[in-house]
Amino acid sequence: MNDVQQLRQKHILGLAELSVEEMTLILQTSESMREIIDRPIKQVPTLRGRQVLSLFYESSTRTKASFDLACKYMSAGAVSISKDSSSLTKGESLRDTVRNVEIMGPEVVIMRHPSGGACHYLARNVSSSVINAGDGTHEHPTQGLLDMLTVLQHKEHLDGLNVVIVGDVFHSRVARSNIIGFSRMGANVVVSGPSTLLPPYIEEMGCQVESDLDHALAEADVVYVLRLQLERQSASYFPSLREYTELYGLNERRLALAKPDALLMHPGPMNRGVEIDSDVADGAQSVILEQVPNGVAVRMALLYLLLGGGE
Amino acid sequence: MGQTLIKNGHVIDPANGRNERADVLLEEGKIGAISRNMTVEGAELIDAEECVVVPGFIDTHTHLRTPGQEYKEDIASGTRAAIRGGYTAVLPMANTQPPIDNETGIRFILDQAQTQGVARVYPVGAITKGLKGDEIAELGLMKRAGACAFSDDGMPVRSARVMRFALQYSKMFGVPLSVHEEDPSLTQDGVVNWGRISTKMGLPGIPAESEVAMVARDLELCRVIGGHLHIAHVSTARAVHLIREAKAAGICVTCEVTPHHLTLTEDLVHESGYDTNTKMKPPLRTQDDQRALLSGLKDGTIDLIATDHAPHSFDDKDKEYLFADFGIVGLETAFALLHDRLVLTQALSLEKLIEAMTWRPAQVFGLSGGSLSEGVPADITILSTSDEWAVNPKEFASKSANTPLTGWSLTGRVRTVLVDGQVRLRDGTLTC
Repeated sequence: MNDVQQLRQKHILGLAELSVEEMTLILQTSESMREIIDRPIKQVPTLRGRQVLSLFYESSTRTKASFDLACKYMSAGAVSISKDSSSLTKGESLRDTVRNVEIMGPEVVIMRHPSGGACHYLARNVSSSVINAGDGTHEHPTQGLLDMLTVLQHKEHLDGLNVVIVGDVFHSRVARSNIIGFSRMGANVVVSGPSTLLPPYIEEMGCQVESDLDHALAEADVVYVLRLQLERQSASYFPSLREYTELYGLNERRLALAKPDALLMHPGPMNRGVEIDSDVADGAQSVILEQVPNGVAVRMALLYLLLGGGE
Repeated sequence: MGQTLIKNGHVIDPANGRNERADVLLEEGKIGAISRNMTVEGAELIDAEECVVVPGFIDTHTHLRTPGQEYKEDIASGTRAAIRGGYTAVLPMANTQPPIDNETGIRFILDQAQTQGVARVYPVGAITKGLKGDEIAELGLMKRAGACAFSDDGMPVRSARVMRFALQYSKMFGVPLSVHEEDPSLTQDGVVNWGRISTKMGLPGIPAESEVAMVARDLELCRVIGGHLHIAHVSTARAVHLIREAKAAGICVTCEVTPHHLTLTEDLVHESGYDTNTKMKPPLRTQDDQRALLSGLKDGTIDLIATDHAPHSFDDKDKEYLFADFGIVGLETAFALLHDRLVLTQALSLEKLIEAMTWRPAQVFGLSGGSLSEGVPADITILSTSDEWAVNPKEFASKSANTPLTGWSLTGRVRTVLVDGQVRLRDGTLTC
């Protein structure tokens, strides 16, 4: 594999747009960033004077905090505007919000938005770089990258690993980014969940489909449990939480079907007792909490690379 | 007005089985003689050398946005867009603000057409009051005022009971019910075809069954009750199949397809990178659907081609994909797109294409145009089949520019258009 020092992309809209080389560069850079986070004094002056703006059109705790911390650790100036703040609820068009924001001069704009493709729209209309912090049910590339980073810290390489993604794949941007990312890096990805929550043609994105979770878990190196939006039940995707948990909840018995050193992951926030049992969520194989600082590291790496840090 | 002689063209008039080089003489705004090598002293000459001379196109599915949304389109701009596209008659849909659901509304449209229009306008009235789907509108009074069909287009008639009564009641007037087939419980918040592309792009999908289930329901109602069911903008292979069977069984059903569903697929949504000019209802479907639509058109299952010209302003389209309005403009690109993609590739004969844009719409909707029969009003379109041009919405007569075809190079162009024997477009330039 050729080492690359810079991203070819100006924007991070999705993992679908990133080559293996670019993902490798981001993951390697993230490793160095992770070292910074583990220091007692976590701030480096690398991006002093650079300005980053985030727009959160959907609520977010961890992703927003993670980007904010990434900016702080890199000494970049950061401003966040979220859904509850006035401008996003006064009926202003995205174009006008963006134009007003852009004229203030941020070099990177981070956005989370309920519509798939909103970041593509943003990227076409601003001169800054755009980082997708989740667009509808399309992609969540920084989550995909932090998940790969977490696995790499335990498994050394992704090539040949069996990754099982369980749950509501249909509505999950996390699942899409992980399917694309892991499969492009050489892992075998299997998705499992109620057939009503598996989107059509998902296998064309680089995974296999296995509705029988017990079957899917055999030989798994990574078990990735997706968050279940509880309101999906009333929309008839499945009959009851009880049945969902019975058929697709990750518990001790199920985790034991995977390889003994399998990693257990979840993007958070968890519904304990629904899609995941506390015994395993807090158990020895869980790397769920490690995902969080890795998220900060990946976001630091992206800011660094997009702002020309590699030059 | 006197005489006009269209010389040296190739005349295609499917209504009369004519497909030959001939001159067309117009007298006092009506079609006169058609024969070879005519010379008429004193007649105004229009040279149609290397061009095709056809009846003016008829669009049975147009949104002129009047009243209420004149910032998107009005009768003046919409009928000029029609003329530029070779259409001499349009059927504006009733989903305006307020909807055209009574005789005053029909009279308003006819009055606007009289004072501002440059093409013929045959108004369509709503099937139900306020397009709400609850109560049948005053179909009889609207028919008497000049409505040529009824449609709640933009909305399905949700209630099977209301649809059943509408078919039964409309039988008395002998006009078609043009129906937008969509089951809202299956469409939900969908914006693109349900399948490969909705999954890949993370956009909510509209399943094919949303259309097919409603088509099946209405075919059954029509089989039992009678009436004339016209299915608007068919987009799925299964709907074509069901309509084919229904026709074979003698059910009084007709249907139409849009130029975009015949030539484009859902892949364009992905290739365009979320361009909201690929967002429409019904959505662009799969290649299998596209093939079935073409077969349906060729074997007569699909009667005609209608644009579903749906103008929207820049701001209504310049949004996140989920939030942009549905629809694209079609009048000014229809012929070129169809000719370029279907005739030049030999998927469809030029004669069949012309039939589906002229004679068939006239027959299905009981209109007088669509032919070059002697004595009928001289609504004529003259086409070049070799001119290549690049689509530039800035040149549109429409107020709106929402087309996914911007920059596309297409071969086939509308040169000259006459309505009642009067030139409305000459060598591609509006004269009105």
